[in-house]
Amino acid sequence: MLRADGLGAGYPGRKLLQDLSVEFTAGSVWGILGRNGSGKSTLLNLLAGLRGPDRGEVLLEGQPVRSFGRRALAAKVGILFQEETAEFWGSARDYVQLGRHPHAEGAFAWSAADEQIADSELERQHLGALSWRPYASLSGGERQRTRAAALFAQRPRVFLVDEPLQHLDLPHQVLLLERLAAEARAGAVIVMVLHDLVFAGRYCDHFLLLHGDGRFEAGAREQVFDAERLGALYGFPVEPALLGDERLFLPRAGAGPHV
Amino acid sequence: MSRIAVLGLICAIAAAAVVCSIAVGSVPIPAADLWNAVARGESGPVADIVWKLRLPRIGAAFACGGLLALAGTLLQVLLRNPLADPYIFGVSGGAALGVLLAMLFGFGIATQAGFGLAGAIGVALLVFVLGFRGGDWNPYRLLLTGVVIAAGLNAALSLILVLAPQTAVKGMLYWLMGDLAYTGNPLPALMVLAATLAIVLPMGRTLNVLALGRTKALSLGVAVAGLEKILFVVAAVATVAAVLVGGTIGFVGLIVPHLVRLAGLADHRWLLPASVIAGGGLLVIADACARSLWAPLQFPVGVLTALLGVPVLLLLLSGKSHAAR
Repeated sequence: MLRADGLGAGYPGRKLLQDLSVEFTAGSVWGILGRNGSGKSTLLNLLAGLRGPDRGEVLLEGQPVRSFGRRALAAKVGILFQEETAEFWGSARDYVQLGRHPHAEGAFAWSAADEQIADSELERQHLGALSWRPYASLSGGERQRTRAAALFAQRPRVFLVDEPLQHLDLPHQVLLLERLAAEARAGAVIVMVLHDLVFAGRYCDHFLLLHGDGRFEAGAREQVFDAERLGALYGFPVEPALLGDERLFLPRAGAGPHV
Repeated sequence: MSRIAVLGLICAIAAAAVVCSIAVGSVPIPAADLWNAVARGESGPVADIVWKLRLPRIGAAFACGGLLALAGTLLQVLLRNPLADPYIFGVSGGAALGVLLAMLFGFGIATQAGFGLAGAIGVALLVFVLGFRGGDWNPYRLLLTGVVIAAGLNAALSLILVLAPQTAVKGMLYWLMGDLAYTGNPLPALMVLAATLAIVLPMGRTLNVLALGRTKALSLGVAVAGLEKILFVVAAVATVAAVLVGGTIGFVGLIVPHLVRLAGLADHRWLLPASVIAGGGLLVIADACARSLWAPLQFPVGVLTALLGVPVLLLLLSGKSHAAR
Protein backbone atom coordinates (compact mmCIF):
# COMPACT_ATOMS: atom_id res chain seq x y z
CA MET A 1 0.00 0.00 0.00
CA LEU A 2 2.83 2.39 0.91
CA ARG A 3 6.26 2.15 -0.72
CA ALA A 4 9.51 3.99 -0.20
CA ASP A 5 11.46 3.91 -3.43
CA GLY A 6 15.17 4.78 -3.27
CA LEU A 7 14.68 7.48 -0.64
CA GLY A 8 17.57 9.77 0.19
CA ALA A 9 17.39 12.56 2.78
CA GLY A 10 19.57 14.43 5.22
CA TYR A 11 20.93 17.80 6.16
CA PRO A 12 23.83 19.69 4.61
CA GLY A 13 26.90 17.67 5.53
CA ARG A 14 24.91 14.78 7.01
CA LYS A 15 23.33 11.86 5.21
CA LEU A 16 20.49 10.26 7.20
CA LEU A 17 18.75 8.06 4.65
CA GLN A 18 20.28 6.69 1.48
CA ASP A 19 18.70 4.58 -1.22
CA LEU A 20 16.05 3.35 1.20
CA SER A 21 13.47 1.10 -0.47
CA VAL A 22 10.82 -0.59 1.65
CA GLU A 23 7.35 -1.93 0.85
CA PHE A 24 4.84 -1.42 3.67
CA THR A 25 2.03 -3.83 2.89
CA ALA A 26 -1.51 -3.61 4.23
CA GLY A 27 -2.00 -5.43 7.49
CA SER A 28 1.57 -5.14 8.72
CA VAL A 29 2.92 -3.39 11.79
CA TRP A 30 6.36 -1.89 11.23
CA GLY A 31 8.67 -0.79 14.01
CA ILE A 32 11.31 1.79 13.17
CA LEU A 33 14.26 1.50 15.52
CA GLY A 34 17.41 3.57 15.80
CA ARG A 35 19.35 5.92 17.99
CA ASN A 36 18.42 9.56 18.60
CA GLY A 37 18.82 11.63 15.47
CA SER A 38 19.08 8.64 13.15
CA GLY A 39 16.33 9.91 10.82
CA LYS A 40 13.30 8.05 12.19
CA SER A 41 11.06 11.10 12.40
CA THR A 42 12.44 12.41 9.13
CA LEU A 43 11.37 9.17 7.48
CA LEU A 44 7.85 9.46 8.92
CA ASN A 45 7.59 13.02 7.57
CA LEU A 46 8.71 11.79 4.14
CA LEU A 47 6.19 8.95 4.21
CA ALA A 48 3.46 11.43 5.16
CA GLY A 49 4.38 13.68 2.23
CA LEU A 50 5.10 16.56 4.61
CA ARG A 51 8.53 17.11 3.14
CA GLY A 52 10.07 16.04 -0.14
CA PRO A 53 12.98 13.60 -0.23
CA ASP A 54 16.33 14.68 -1.72
CA ARG A 55 16.17 11.53 -3.85
CA GLY A 56 13.62 8.86 -4.63
CA GLU A 57 9.90 8.82 -4.11
CA VAL A 58 7.17 7.73 -1.73
CA LEU A 59 4.30 5.91 -3.42
CA LEU A 60 0.85 5.50 -1.91
CA GLU A 61 -1.29 2.95 -3.75
CA GLY A 62 1.14 3.27 -6.66
CA GLN A 63 0.93 7.05 -6.94
CA PRO A 64 3.56 9.56 -5.79
CA VAL A 65 2.46 10.82 -2.40
CA ARG A 66 3.23 14.43 -3.38
CA SER A 67 0.78 14.18 -6.29
CA PHE A 68 -2.20 13.77 -3.94
CA GLY A 69 -4.21 16.80 -2.91
CA ARG A 70 -3.68 17.69 0.76
CA ARG A 71 -7.17 16.69 1.82
CA ALA A 72 -7.21 13.47 -0.20
CA LEU A 73 -3.87 12.51 1.33
CA ALA A 74 -5.02 13.37 4.85
CA ALA A 75 -8.02 11.10 4.39
CA LYS A 76 -5.64 8.17 3.81
CA VAL A 77 -2.50 8.97 5.82
CA GLY A 78 -2.54 10.03 9.47
CA ILE A 79 0.48 10.99 11.52
CA LEU A 80 0.95 11.31 15.27
CA PHE A 81 3.86 13.66 15.84
CA GLN A 82 6.41 13.32 18.57
CA GLU A 83 5.46 16.81 19.65
CA GLU A 84 2.22 18.61 18.98
CA THR A 85 1.27 22.05 20.19
CA ALA A 86 0.50 22.52 23.88
CA GLU A 87 -0.93 26.00 23.19
CA PHE A 88 -4.39 24.84 22.16
CA TRP A 89 -7.17 27.06 23.45
CA GLY A 90 -10.06 24.62 23.08
CA SER A 91 -11.18 21.49 24.96
CA ALA A 92 -10.02 17.90 24.51
CA ARG A 93 -13.21 17.32 22.52
CA ASP A 94 -12.40 20.26 20.22
CA TYR A 95 -8.94 18.78 19.59
CA VAL A 96 -10.26 15.34 18.70
CA GLN A 97 -12.97 16.82 16.49
CA LEU A 98 -10.28 18.45 14.32
CA GLY A 99 -9.13 14.96 13.36
CA ARG A 100 -12.29 14.75 11.25
CA HIS A 101 -11.24 17.76 9.15
CA PRO A 102 -10.11 15.76 6.08
CA HIS A 103 -13.47 13.97 5.92
CA ALA A 104 -15.83 16.80 6.89
CA GLU A 105 -18.31 17.90 4.27
CA GLY A 106 -18.75 21.60 3.70
CA ALA A 107 -16.38 24.18 5.00
CA PHE A 108 -17.91 25.34 8.24
CA ALA A 109 -19.90 22.95 10.41
CA TRP A 110 -19.41 19.36 11.61
CA SER A 111 -21.89 16.69 10.66
CA ALA A 112 -23.58 14.59 13.35
CA ALA A 113 -21.55 11.59 12.14
CA ASP A 114 -18.28 13.50 12.63
CA GLU A 115 -19.30 14.53 16.13
CA GLN A 116 -20.27 10.99 17.00
CA ILE A 117 -16.90 9.65 15.82
CA ALA A 118 -15.09 12.23 17.97
CA ASP A 119 -17.19 11.24 21.00
CA SER A 120 -16.61 7.53 20.53
CA GLU A 121 -12.84 7.95 20.07
CA LEU A 122 -12.67 9.97 23.28
CA GLU A 123 -14.57 7.21 25.06
CA ARG A 124 -12.21 4.58 23.68
CA GLN A 125 -9.27 6.48 25.12
CA HIS A 126 -11.13 6.73 28.47
CA LEU A 127 -11.39 10.49 28.12
CA GLY A 128 -15.20 10.74 28.19
CA ALA A 129 -15.21 12.48 31.57
CA LEU A 130 -12.51 14.93 30.49
CA SER A 131 -14.06 15.80 27.11
CA TRP A 132 -14.86 19.41 27.88
CA ARG A 133 -11.80 20.18 29.98
CA PRO A 134 -9.41 22.67 28.34
CA TYR A 135 -6.76 20.71 26.47
CA ALA A 136 -4.02 22.84 28.03
CA SER A 137 -5.13 21.80 31.54
CA LEU A 138 -4.76 18.05 30.90
CA SER A 139 -1.80 16.02 32.12
CA GLY A 140 0.90 14.92 29.70
CA GLY A 141 -0.53 11.42 29.37
CA GLU A 142 -4.09 12.68 28.95
CA ARG A 143 -2.90 15.00 26.20
CA GLN A 144 -1.16 12.13 24.45
CA ARG A 145 -4.38 10.09 24.62
CA THR A 146 -6.27 13.09 23.21
CA ARG A 147 -3.82 13.26 20.30
CA ALA A 148 -4.20 9.53 19.73
CA ALA A 149 -7.99 9.86 19.77
CA ALA A 150 -7.69 12.61 17.13
CA LEU A 151 -5.56 10.31 14.99
CA PHE A 152 -8.07 7.46 15.24
CA ALA A 153 -10.93 9.88 14.51
CA GLN A 154 -9.08 10.71 11.29
CA ARG A 155 -9.67 7.08 10.22
CA PRO A 156 -6.57 6.85 7.98
CA ARG A 157 -5.39 3.73 6.15
CA VAL A 158 -1.75 4.45 6.95
CA PHE A 159 -0.86 5.23 10.58
CA LEU A 160 2.50 6.92 11.07
CA VAL A 161 3.11 7.19 14.80
CA ASP A 162 6.19 8.73 16.38
CA GLU A 163 6.94 7.46 19.89
CA PRO A 164 3.23 6.89 20.61
CA LEU A 165 3.87 5.54 24.11
CA GLN A 166 5.40 8.70 25.54
CA HIS A 167 3.76 9.95 28.77
CA LEU A 168 1.30 7.00 28.80
CA ASP A 169 0.82 4.78 31.83
CA LEU A 170 1.12 1.02 31.35
CA PRO A 171 -2.55 0.18 30.69
CA HIS A 172 -2.85 3.01 28.20
CA GLN A 173 0.35 1.95 26.45
CA VAL A 174 -1.19 -1.47 25.95
CA LEU A 175 -4.56 0.04 24.99
CA LEU A 176 -2.90 2.11 22.25
CA LEU A 177 -0.78 -0.76 20.90
CA GLU A 178 -3.75 -3.14 20.89
CA ARG A 179 -5.80 -0.57 19.00
CA LEU A 180 -3.04 -0.12 16.41
CA ALA A 181 -2.75 -3.90 16.05
CA ALA A 182 -6.52 -4.09 15.53
CA GLU A 183 -6.33 -1.41 12.83
CA ALA A 184 -3.62 -3.46 11.09
CA ARG A 185 -5.79 -6.59 11.23
CA ALA A 186 -8.53 -4.51 9.60
CA GLY A 187 -6.19 -3.77 6.70
CA ALA A 188 -4.30 -0.64 7.72
CA VAL A 189 -0.54 -0.13 7.65
CA ILE A 190 1.13 0.85 10.91
CA VAL A 191 4.58 2.42 10.92
CA MET A 192 5.75 3.36 14.39
CA VAL A 193 8.90 4.70 15.94
CA LEU A 194 9.53 2.93 19.23
CA HIS A 195 12.28 2.82 21.84
CA ASP A 196 10.73 0.06 23.95
CA LEU A 197 12.19 -3.25 22.75
CA VAL A 198 9.73 -5.38 24.73
CA PHE A 199 6.65 -3.79 23.18
CA ALA A 200 8.40 -3.57 19.81
CA GLY A 201 9.01 -7.33 19.80
CA ARG A 202 5.49 -8.04 20.97
CA TYR A 203 3.53 -5.83 18.56
CA CYS A 204 5.65 -5.30 15.43
CA ASP A 205 5.86 -7.98 12.74
CA HIS A 206 8.34 -6.01 10.60
CA PHE A 207 11.30 -3.84 11.48
CA LEU A 208 13.33 -1.10 9.89
CA LEU A 209 16.62 -0.43 11.63
CA LEU A 210 18.11 2.98 10.83
CA HIS A 211 21.80 3.46 11.56
CA GLY A 212 21.78 7.21 10.96
CA ASP A 213 24.46 7.18 8.26
CA GLY A 214 22.37 5.90 5.37
CA ARG A 215 22.73 2.20 6.30
CA PHE A 216 19.53 0.37 7.14
CA GLU A 217 18.16 -3.13 7.61
CA ALA A 218 14.54 -3.94 6.84
CA GLY A 219 12.57 -7.16 7.04
CA ALA A 220 10.28 -9.45 8.98
CA ARG A 221 10.82 -9.84 12.72
CA GLU A 222 12.63 -13.19 12.36
CA GLN A 223 15.08 -11.72 9.89
CA VAL A 224 16.29 -8.56 11.57
CA PHE A 225 15.13 -8.46 15.20
CA ASP A 226 18.00 -10.16 17.02
CA ALA A 227 20.49 -9.36 19.77
CA GLU A 228 23.46 -8.94 17.46
CA ARG A 229 21.76 -6.44 15.14
CA LEU A 230 20.13 -4.51 17.98
CA GLY A 231 23.44 -4.30 19.83
CA ALA A 232 25.15 -2.93 16.73
CA LEU A 233 22.25 -0.56 16.06
CA TYR A 234 22.29 1.05 19.49
CA GLY A 235 26.02 0.69 20.15
CA PHE A 236 25.03 -0.93 23.43
CA PRO A 237 25.10 -4.62 24.34
CA VAL A 238 21.68 -6.30 24.19
CA GLU A 239 20.97 -9.79 25.51
CA PRO A 240 18.13 -12.15 24.66
CA ALA A 241 15.96 -13.59 27.41
CA LEU A 242 13.17 -16.12 27.23
CA LEU A 243 9.87 -15.57 29.04
CA GLY A 244 7.62 -18.51 28.25
CA ASP A 245 7.68 -18.64 24.44
CA GLU A 246 8.42 -14.95 24.12
CA ARG A 247 11.93 -13.84 23.27
CA LEU A 248 12.79 -10.51 24.90
CA PHE A 249 15.78 -8.27 24.38
CA LEU A 250 17.18 -6.50 27.40
CA PRO A 251 20.10 -4.13 27.90
CA ARG A 252 23.04 -5.97 29.44
CA ALA A 253 23.22 -5.19 33.17
CA GLY A 254 26.30 -3.36 34.33
CA ALA A 255 27.36 -2.26 30.86
CA GLY A 256 28.53 1.33 30.89
CA PRO A 257 27.23 3.95 28.52
CA HIS A 258 28.77 3.20 25.10
CA VAL A 259 28.12 6.60 23.62
CA MET B 1 -22.49 29.14 29.91
CA SER B 2 -23.17 27.94 26.40
CA ARG B 3 -21.43 29.55 23.48
CA ILE B 4 -24.58 31.07 22.10
CA ALA B 5 -25.23 32.69 25.49
CA VAL B 6 -21.72 34.19 25.59
CA LEU B 7 -22.11 35.57 22.08
CA GLY B 8 -25.54 36.95 23.00
CA LEU B 9 -24.12 38.63 26.09
CA ILE B 10 -21.32 40.24 24.06
CA CYS B 11 -23.87 41.51 21.52
CA ALA B 12 -26.07 42.90 24.31
CA ILE B 13 -23.14 44.73 25.93
CA ALA B 14 -22.06 46.19 22.58
CA ALA B 15 -25.64 47.31 21.80
CA ALA B 16 -25.96 48.92 25.23
CA ALA B 17 -22.62 50.65 24.69
CA VAL B 18 -23.81 52.11 21.39
CA VAL B 19 -27.08 53.40 22.88
CA CYS B 20 -25.44 54.87 25.99
CA SER B 21 -22.65 56.54 24.07
CA ILE B 22 -25.17 58.43 21.94
CA ALA B 23 -26.34 60.13 25.13
CA VAL B 24 -22.96 61.06 26.60
CA GLY B 25 -20.44 63.64 25.48
CA SER B 26 -19.64 67.28 25.99
CA VAL B 27 -23.40 67.94 25.66
CA PRO B 28 -25.29 65.25 27.62
CA ILE B 29 -28.61 64.35 26.02
CA PRO B 30 -31.49 63.31 28.30
CA ALA B 31 -33.24 60.08 27.41
CA ALA B 32 -36.52 61.80 26.51
CA ASP B 33 -34.85 64.14 24.01
CA LEU B 34 -32.91 61.22 22.57
CA TRP B 35 -36.14 59.30 22.07
CA ASN B 36 -37.78 62.25 20.36
CA ALA B 37 -34.84 62.78 18.03
CA VAL B 38 -34.28 59.18 17.05
CA ALA B 39 -37.67 57.46 17.18
CA ARG B 40 -39.96 60.37 16.32
CA GLY B 41 -37.60 61.96 13.81
CA GLU B 42 -37.93 65.46 15.30
CA SER B 43 -35.42 67.96 13.98
CA GLY B 44 -33.46 70.43 16.08
CA PRO B 45 -30.08 70.75 17.74
CA VAL B 46 -30.40 67.39 19.51
CA ALA B 47 -31.13 65.58 16.25
CA ASP B 48 -28.19 67.32 14.62
CA ILE B 49 -25.84 66.24 17.37
CA VAL B 50 -27.11 62.66 17.22
CA TRP B 51 -27.19 62.19 13.45
CA LYS B 52 -24.32 64.37 12.31
CA LEU B 53 -21.82 64.06 15.17
CA ARG B 54 -22.43 61.18 17.55
CA LEU B 55 -23.64 58.39 15.28
CA PRO B 56 -20.93 58.77 12.63
CA ARG B 57 -18.32 58.83 15.36
CA ILE B 58 -19.84 55.78 17.09
CA GLY B 59 -19.95 54.00 13.74
CA ALA B 60 -16.30 54.84 13.17
CA ALA B 61 -15.35 53.65 16.66
CA PHE B 62 -17.22 50.39 16.19
CA ALA B 63 -15.71 49.77 12.74
CA CYS B 64 -12.23 50.61 13.96
CA GLY B 65 -12.46 48.38 17.06
CA GLY B 66 -14.00 45.53 15.07
CA LEU B 67 -11.34 45.72 12.36
CA LEU B 68 -8.52 45.77 14.90
CA ALA B 69 -9.95 42.83 16.85
CA LEU B 70 -10.45 40.86 13.63
CA ALA B 71 -6.91 41.54 12.47
CA GLY B 72 -5.54 40.63 15.90
CA THR B 73 -7.43 37.32 15.96
CA LEU B 74 -6.16 36.41 12.49
CA LEU B 75 -2.56 37.35 13.23
CA GLN B 76 -2.53 35.45 16.51
CA VAL B 77 -3.40 32.24 14.69
CA LEU B 78 -1.24 33.06 11.64
CA LEU B 79 1.86 33.69 13.73
CA ARG B 80 0.98 31.16 16.45
CA ASN B 81 1.84 33.98 18.79
CA PRO B 82 -0.59 35.11 21.51
CA LEU B 83 1.11 38.52 21.64
CA ALA B 84 0.60 39.35 17.97
CA ASP B 85 -1.39 42.53 17.40
CA PRO B 86 -2.44 44.32 14.19
CA TYR B 87 0.49 46.74 14.34
CA ILE B 88 3.14 44.04 14.60
CA PHE B 89 3.97 44.34 10.89
CA GLY B 90 4.43 48.11 10.92
CA VAL B 91 1.30 48.81 8.87
CA SER B 92 0.37 51.57 11.33
CA GLY B 93 3.94 52.88 11.19
CA GLY B 94 3.72 53.08 7.41
CA ALA B 95 0.42 54.94 7.60
CA ALA B 96 1.78 57.25 10.28
CA LEU B 97 4.86 57.99 8.20
CA GLY B 98 2.66 58.98 5.26
CA VAL B 99 0.31 61.12 7.34
CA LEU B 100 3.09 62.86 9.28
CA LEU B 101 5.01 63.60 6.11
CA ALA B 102 1.85 65.13 4.65
CA MET B 103 1.38 67.17 7.86
CA LEU B 104 5.02 68.23 7.75
CA PHE B 105 4.56 69.59 4.24
CA GLY B 106 1.31 71.26 5.31
CA PHE B 107 -1.05 69.29 3.08
CA GLY B 108 -4.79 69.12 3.83
CA ILE B 109 -6.76 66.29 5.45
CA ALA B 110 -7.64 64.55 2.18
CA THR B 111 -4.02 64.46 1.04
CA GLN B 112 -2.98 63.24 4.48
CA ALA B 113 -5.37 60.30 4.16
CA GLY B 114 -3.98 59.52 0.71
CA PHE B 115 -0.42 59.57 2.01
CA GLY B 116 -1.44 57.38 4.95
CA LEU B 117 -3.10 54.85 2.66
CA ALA B 118 -0.02 54.74 0.42
CA GLY B 119 2.30 54.31 3.41
CA ALA B 120 0.23 51.51 4.97
CA ILE B 121 -0.16 49.58 1.72
CA GLY B 122 3.51 50.10 0.89
CA VAL B 123 4.66 48.64 4.20
CA ALA B 124 2.18 45.75 4.02
CA LEU B 125 3.47 44.87 0.54
CA LEU B 126 7.08 45.15 1.67
CA VAL B 127 6.49 42.79 4.63
CA PHE B 128 4.51 40.40 2.44
CA VAL B 129 7.21 40.20 -0.25
CA LEU B 130 10.13 39.94 2.17
CA GLY B 131 8.33 37.69 4.65
CA PHE B 132 6.87 35.16 2.21
CA ARG B 133 9.77 35.08 -0.24
CA GLY B 134 11.52 31.75 -0.77
CA GLY B 135 10.21 28.22 -0.48
CA ASP B 136 10.98 27.39 3.12
CA TRP B 137 9.35 30.30 4.92
CA ASN B 138 7.98 30.16 8.45
CA PRO B 139 5.92 32.44 10.70
CA TYR B 140 8.98 33.46 12.69
CA ARG B 141 10.64 34.99 9.66
CA LEU B 142 7.44 36.85 8.82
CA LEU B 143 7.21 38.06 12.42
CA LEU B 144 10.84 39.16 12.51
CA THR B 145 10.57 40.93 9.15
CA GLY B 146 7.54 42.86 10.37
CA VAL B 147 9.06 43.76 13.72
CA VAL B 148 12.30 44.99 12.12
CA ILE B 149 10.42 47.14 9.60
CA ALA B 150 8.21 48.53 12.38
CA ALA B 151 11.31 49.47 14.38
CA GLY B 152 12.80 51.28 11.39
CA LEU B 153 9.54 53.17 10.86
CA ASN B 154 9.46 54.24 14.51
CA ALA B 155 12.90 55.76 14.12
CA ALA B 156 11.73 57.64 11.03
CA LEU B 157 8.64 58.89 12.91
CA SER B 158 10.80 60.18 15.78
CA LEU B 159 12.98 62.00 13.26
CA ILE B 160 9.92 63.70 11.74
CA LEU B 161 8.67 64.76 15.19
CA VAL B 162 12.08 66.33 15.91
CA LEU B 163 12.22 68.13 12.57
CA ALA B 164 8.59 69.32 12.59
CA PRO B 165 7.69 72.88 13.65
CA GLN B 166 6.36 73.18 17.22
CA THR B 167 2.85 74.09 16.02
CA ALA B 168 2.46 70.88 14.05
CA VAL B 169 3.77 68.50 16.72
CA LYS B 170 0.59 68.39 18.83
CA GLY B 171 -1.57 67.36 15.87
CA MET B 172 0.99 64.70 14.97
CA LEU B 173 1.04 63.30 18.50
CA TYR B 174 -2.77 63.12 18.57
CA TRP B 175 -2.71 61.21 15.32
CA LEU B 176 -0.01 58.85 16.59
CA MET B 177 -1.91 58.11 19.80
CA GLY B 178 -5.07 57.18 17.94
CA ASP B 179 -7.94 59.61 17.76
CA LEU B 180 -11.49 59.38 16.45
CA ALA B 181 -12.23 63.13 16.61
CA TYR B 182 -11.74 63.82 12.90
CA THR B 183 -13.50 60.86 11.35
CA GLY B 184 -15.80 61.46 8.43
CA ASN B 185 -18.31 59.01 7.01
CA PRO B 186 -17.88 55.64 8.76
CA LEU B 187 -19.66 53.62 6.06
CA PRO B 188 -16.57 52.61 4.04
CA ALA B 189 -14.86 51.27 7.17
CA LEU B 190 -18.02 49.40 8.24
CA MET B 191 -18.21 47.87 4.78
CA VAL B 192 -14.59 46.75 4.93
CA LEU B 193 -15.37 45.22 8.32
CA ALA B 194 -18.36 43.30 6.95
CA ALA B 195 -16.40 42.15 3.88
CA THR B 196 -13.33 40.93 5.77
CA LEU B 197 -15.48 39.08 8.29
CA ALA B 198 -17.47 37.51 5.46
CA ILE B 199 -14.22 36.28 3.87
CA VAL B 200 -12.68 34.69 6.96
CA LEU B 201 -15.75 33.41 8.79
CA PRO B 202 -16.26 30.46 6.39
CA MET B 203 -12.62 29.53 7.09
CA GLY B 204 -13.37 29.25 10.80
CA ARG B 205 -12.99 25.49 11.03
CA THR B 206 -9.81 25.51 8.97
CA LEU B 207 -8.38 28.18 11.28
CA ASN B 208 -9.04 25.86 14.23
CA VAL B 209 -6.91 23.24 12.49
CA LEU B 210 -4.20 25.79 11.72
CA ALA B 211 -4.06 26.60 15.44
CA LEU B 212 -2.63 23.09 15.92
CA GLY B 213 0.53 24.24 14.14
CA ARG B 214 1.59 24.34 10.49
CA THR B 215 2.79 20.75 10.18
CA LYS B 216 -0.15 19.20 12.00
CA ALA B 217 -2.54 21.30 9.92
CA LEU B 218 -0.77 20.17 6.76
CA SER B 219 -1.13 16.53 7.85
CA LEU B 220 -4.86 17.12 8.40
CA GLY B 221 -5.31 18.32 4.83
CA VAL B 222 -5.04 22.11 5.14
CA ALA B 223 -3.27 23.87 2.27
CA VAL B 224 -1.29 25.90 4.78
CA ALA B 225 0.80 28.14 2.52
CA GLY B 226 -2.17 29.52 0.59
CA LEU B 227 -4.25 29.98 3.74
CA GLU B 228 -1.47 31.91 5.45
CA LYS B 229 -1.20 34.34 2.55
CA ILE B 230 -4.96 34.94 2.62
CA LEU B 231 -4.85 35.56 6.36
CA PHE B 232 -2.01 38.05 5.99
CA VAL B 233 -3.78 39.99 3.24
CA VAL B 234 -7.13 40.11 5.08
CA ALA B 235 -5.45 41.18 8.33
CA ALA B 236 -3.45 43.85 6.49
CA VAL B 237 -6.55 45.24 4.74
CA ALA B 238 -8.44 45.36 8.05
CA THR B 239 -5.53 47.10 9.77
CA VAL B 240 -5.08 49.66 7.01
CA ALA B 241 -8.79 50.47 7.11
CA ALA B 242 -8.69 50.85 10.91
CA VAL B 243 -5.57 53.03 10.85
CA LEU B 244 -7.10 55.34 8.27
CA VAL B 245 -10.17 55.82 10.50
CA GLY B 246 -8.55 56.21 13.88
CA GLY B 247 -4.78 56.29 13.69
CA THR B 248 -2.85 53.91 15.91
CA ILE B 249 -5.27 52.74 18.58
CA GLY B 250 -3.35 50.23 20.63
CA PHE B 251 -4.28 47.13 22.61
CA VAL B 252 -7.78 46.53 21.17
CA GLY B 253 -6.43 44.03 18.63
CA LEU B 254 -4.23 42.41 21.23
CA ILE B 255 -6.56 41.95 24.20
CA VAL B 256 -10.01 41.51 22.68
CA PRO B 257 -9.30 38.04 21.18
CA HIS B 258 -7.86 36.96 24.54
CA LEU B 259 -10.85 38.29 26.48
CA VAL B 260 -13.25 36.46 24.16
CA ARG B 261 -11.26 33.24 24.47
CA LEU B 262 -11.27 33.58 28.26
CA ALA B 263 -15.05 33.95 28.05
CA GLY B 264 -15.10 30.48 26.48
CA LEU B 265 -15.16 31.11 22.73
CA ALA B 266 -11.88 29.62 21.46
CA ASP B 267 -13.44 28.05 18.37
CA HIS B 268 -12.74 30.47 15.50
CA ARG B 269 -16.25 30.00 14.12
CA TRP B 270 -17.43 31.79 17.28
CA LEU B 271 -14.27 33.70 18.11
CA LEU B 272 -14.19 35.73 14.88
CA PRO B 273 -17.70 37.26 15.07
CA ALA B 274 -17.52 37.61 18.86
CA SER B 275 -14.17 39.43 18.63
CA VAL B 276 -15.49 41.81 16.01
CA ILE B 277 -18.52 42.71 18.14
CA ALA B 278 -16.54 42.87 21.38
CA GLY B 279 -13.77 44.96 19.80
CA GLY B 280 -16.30 47.33 18.27
CA GLY B 281 -18.20 47.62 21.54
CA LEU B 282 -15.03 48.15 23.56
CA LEU B 283 -13.84 50.99 21.36
CA VAL B 284 -17.30 52.60 21.44
CA ILE B 285 -17.12 52.57 25.26
CA ALA B 286 -13.52 53.85 25.29
CA ASP B 287 -14.36 56.63 22.86
CA ALA B 288 -17.43 57.64 24.85
CA CYS B 289 -15.18 57.93 27.93
CA ALA B 290 -12.53 59.80 25.96
CA ARG B 291 -14.95 62.50 24.89
CA SER B 292 -17.02 62.80 28.07
CA LEU B 293 -14.84 62.14 31.14
CA TRP B 294 -12.94 65.42 30.87
CA ALA B 295 -15.47 67.27 28.69
CA PRO B 296 -15.21 69.69 26.99
CA LEU B 297 -11.60 68.51 26.68
CA GLN B 298 -11.35 65.45 24.42
CA PHE B 299 -8.33 63.26 24.61
CA PRO B 300 -7.14 60.62 22.12
CA VAL B 301 -8.97 57.31 22.55
CA GLY B 302 -5.71 55.43 21.97
CA VAL B 303 -4.45 56.71 25.33
CA LEU B 304 -7.54 55.32 27.05
CA THR B 305 -7.37 51.89 25.40
CA ALA B 306 -3.71 51.65 26.40
CA LEU B 307 -4.47 52.72 29.98
CA LEU B 308 -7.25 50.10 30.12
CA GLY B 309 -5.32 47.53 28.12
CA VAL B 310 -2.09 47.47 30.09
CA PRO B 311 -3.60 46.33 33.41
CA VAL B 312 -5.91 43.84 31.69
CA LEU B 313 -2.98 42.37 29.78
CA LEU B 314 -0.83 42.18 32.92
CA LEU B 315 -3.66 40.38 34.69
CA LEU B 316 -3.97 37.96 31.79
CA LEU B 317 -0.25 37.26 31.83
CA SER B 318 -0.07 36.67 35.58
CA GLY B 319 -3.10 34.35 35.29
CA LYS B 320 -1.29 32.46 32.57
CA SER B 321 1.73 31.82 34.76
CA HIS B 322 -0.58 30.50 37.49
CA ALA B 323 -2.07 28.04 35.03
CA ALA B 324 1.40 26.88 34.02
CA ARG B 325 2.19 25.96 37.62
